[in-house]
Amino acid sequence: MKLELRGITKRFGALTANDHIDLVVTPGEIHCLLGENGAGKSTLMNVLYGLYQADEGEILLDDEVQHFSGPGDAMRAGIGMVHQHFMLVPVFTVAENVMLGHESTKAGGRLDLDAARARVREISDRFGFDVDPDARIEDLPVGVQQRVEIIKALSRNAGVLVFDEPTAVLTPQETDELIGIMKQLRDSGTAIVFITHKLREVREVADRITVIRLGQVVGEAEPTASNAELASLMVGRAVELTVDKTPARPGADALVLDDVHVYDLNGVPVVDGVSLTVRAGEILAIAGVQGNGQTELTEAIFGLQPQVTGRIVLDGEELTGRTVRQVLDAGAGFVPEDRQHDGLVPEFTIAENLMLDRADGEPFVRLGALRLKDLAAFAQERLRRFDIRAQGIGTRVGRLSGGNQQKVVLARELSRELRLFVAAQPTRGLDVGSIEFVHEQIVATRDAGVPVIVVSTELDEVVALADRIAVMYRGRVVGVVPADTPRDVLGLMMAGEAPQAVAA
Amino acid sequence: MTGEALPVAETGREPQGLEPGQDPQQQRPERPAEHGARRVLREILSGSALLSVLAVVVSLVIGAILIAVTNPAVIQASGYFFARPGDTVSAVLNAVGGAYGSLFRGGLIDFSAVGFWAGIQPLLRSLGFATPLIAAGLGIAIGFRAGLFNIGGQGQILIGGAVAGWIGFSLPLPGPLHLIAALVGGLLGGALWAAIPGVLKARTGAHEVIVTIMLNYIAFYLLDYFLNTPVLQAPGSNTPVSAPTAPDAVLPQLFGSPVNLGFPLVVLLVLAAAYLLDRSSLGFKLRAVGENASAARTAGIDVKRMTIAAMVISGVFVGFAGAYQVLGQTTSGFSTAFDAGIGFNAITVALLGRSKPWGVFWAGLLFGVFQNGGYTMQAANAVDLNVVSVVQSLIVLFIAAPPLVRAIFRLPAPKGARA
Repeated sequence: MKLELRGITKRFGALTANDHIDLVVTPGEIHCLLGENGAGKSTLMNVLYGLYQADEGEILLDDEVQHFSGPGDAMRAGIGMVHQHFMLVPVFTVAENVMLGHESTKAGGRLDLDAARARVREISDRFGFDVDPDARIEDLPVGVQQRVEIIKALSRNAGVLVFDEPTAVLTPQETDELIGIMKQLRDSGTAIVFITHKLREVREVADRITVIRLGQVVGEAEPTASNAELASLMVGRAVELTVDKTPARPGADALVLDDVHVYDLNGVPVVDGVSLTVRAGEILAIAGVQGNGQTELTEAIFGLQPQVTGRIVLDGEELTGRTVRQVLDAGAGFVPEDRQHDGLVPEFTIAENLMLDRADGEPFVRLGALRLKDLAAFAQERLRRFDIRAQGIGTRVGRLSGGNQQKVVLARELSRELRLFVAAQPTRGLDVGSIEFVHEQIVATRDAGVPVIVVSTELDEVVALADRIAVMYRGRVVGVVPADTPRDVLGLMMAGEAPQAVAA
Repeated sequence: MTGEALPVAETGREPQGLEPGQDPQQQRPERPAEHGARRVLREILSGSALLSVLAVVVSLVIGAILIAVTNPAVIQASGYFFARPGDTVSAVLNAVGGAYGSLFRGGLIDFSAVGFWAGIQPLLRSLGFATPLIAAGLGIAIGFRAGLFNIGGQGQILIGGAVAGWIGFSLPLPGPLHLIAALVGGLLGGALWAAIPGVLKARTGAHEVIVTIMLNYIAFYLLDYFLNTPVLQAPGSNTPVSAPTAPDAVLPQLFGSPVNLGFPLVVLLVLAAAYLLDRSSLGFKLRAVGENASAARTAGIDVKRMTIAAMVISGVFVGFAGAYQVLGQTTSGFSTAFDAGIGFNAITVALLGRSKPWGVFWAGLLFGVFQNGGYTMQAANAVDLNVVSVVQSLIVLFIAAPPLVRAIFRLPAPKGARA
């Protein structure tokens, strides 16, 4: 099925998210939609999927103009979408999920599960997916869940398949498998739209590349283009993909984790006996696929996890069992993984967010009263130094872009005397310019002699920042390896395989 | 529509207010799982003052319709509507004009009275009704700002008032000390009763809505019990009514007007609440917890302590309303009904005032006028007092449903142009 978008324009108030975008995807081709976060890729796909109505332009399938008033229309017309966040019911089986929304019934309204099972088996066999129709979704690994999404789309005879940032949640190995599946689907005549901002995957899989920036198509590129060429197309200027940093000059052991366990509410260990040492003036990067205990480990350091055993010691001072307040007062700075949820109060102003972790005493509070003048002066200075683009310190943080929000978090955390700095997913969802800035700040903090932990699921970021790399898998540290470890070794470690003959 | 679930966060938030070059996609919360009740609360409280005014206007219009269709003259005239429609129209105008006219005359200014002081007597009396509404409204509002639904105003008023009343008729304290002791007792009583759900929420996670509602019943029956025992019952009486408040402990009238000391005190409470919320460290932490508890926790703010603190402070303000009722309104001995529905009306007042101290002040004043003028309306025009209650309820409804008000007045949506 041939997909054509003609002059699609979508505005949100004064902002034009899509500006006359043209795109043609022919059957049997993988078309990459490349762009920074916020470039308008997802908006465009939501228009295609009927979630948004375009203000101008039209959608054509096999040269026929379509009018979608909702995803149902789009699906009936043959468009399937594999979302970044899966649209599956966790307690349902694979077959139940696949039939959901167009259930077929037997006499008396009984669900015809057998038909659904057969459909799953048939598609699964055709592409070698190896998916059990009776498995419950919540029991399946993320990569298999994604295949269920693909089966769901295929079971509705999708001729156009859209993958929205499909690799964000996958291990490198799972990513390779997905790429294999995509190629197979292409060869069977499906038109595929692959949305991503990861350059490496694009070059590996794309037949054609369309680059979007600020809502406009800024160019087409060949898969043979270099990373640098693609990146400069994406951001509109030449960017450094590597971080400029001198070799670390690590000092004494600063943070020592000794056999740390973290248990979830059901008593299941999510961090399972982690022992790590971070020296002053070095960056230890914790790599791993999302959900392997990294989040919980950083939260445990800051007293945010209720059930922690083992010892966490900073400069000889025991942090285990301390409250968040005490850990912060001990000189620890924290950039939480989900800045909107844990890092910022979106309804508060920039100034208010900058004093969030110092709401109790000097310098912003005296005798229980806020010292608004001091706060304003401090906030002005931070605004300038961290290049936070906003109308002023009174702007609500929720109205800032992701990059500026993260700068507010950094500006706050880096304004105290630090003895430890932990940054979890510090550049998630940021544009390239902000990523550069955040990385510079992290390296500068290291160079000031602070022990730094960076948690990241992006291998590029891990490799660029780390002085040493610890890889976590299922709550354990698979190994601690030097920063120059090859990517394929790191990939294997992220899938749980211990590196042979590699030691810290 | 098929079963394909729409992503919850797909209704992008506030795209108009973006900086140039910013994509609405980035505004989406990464976790859509914000507590439902909190989200609704925040949406309600973020509405503009204009919306509050419009809600009042619409409610008054609907109230007018209600007055018209229940008016005997209108019903009679509508019987021959097609013969003489003018009769029906003038009957409607008479009914509505008369009712709202006496609402104004009874609640605000009586132009027919002789002299300025006589003219504003209704307004001064309304201040008396407004005082406890403002105090309790402030209490509820502070809870809202900290993300807590304090539905227990009734219980806190009953307990606070009972403590104040007991001090007021039983302790032999001299002069002003007696009044001060009774007032403080009222504040503490309210604080104690509100602290229970606060502690339960902080320690066990019990939801404050359920606990406060249940504590309303407990307070009511506890008071009922004590009013039937010598603890509270007037000596020699066999009805469940307390002894009258000692003259020392009664809030004094100011300059011989219907206004008593309670009103200036409640203005001080408004100032105190404004200072607490906007200028104090404690208020900052309360608001941070109310807006985003997980960010507050990550920043080292003790969320549990703030939960308890918010409930206690809320209870202090509500307790003042209880004390006021016993020391200012029902000074001849109170029964279990002295809360006069203030505990629940205070929620409306807090919502109408958008949980901002001065907003609550004006909302409380408006409700005081409604209440006072409602009596005149009932007496002069035989319009049921319940019409006032209906209007007040409609106001809540319209504030809780801002989209409805926006649709009626064709206002642009302030947030989230959904596709």
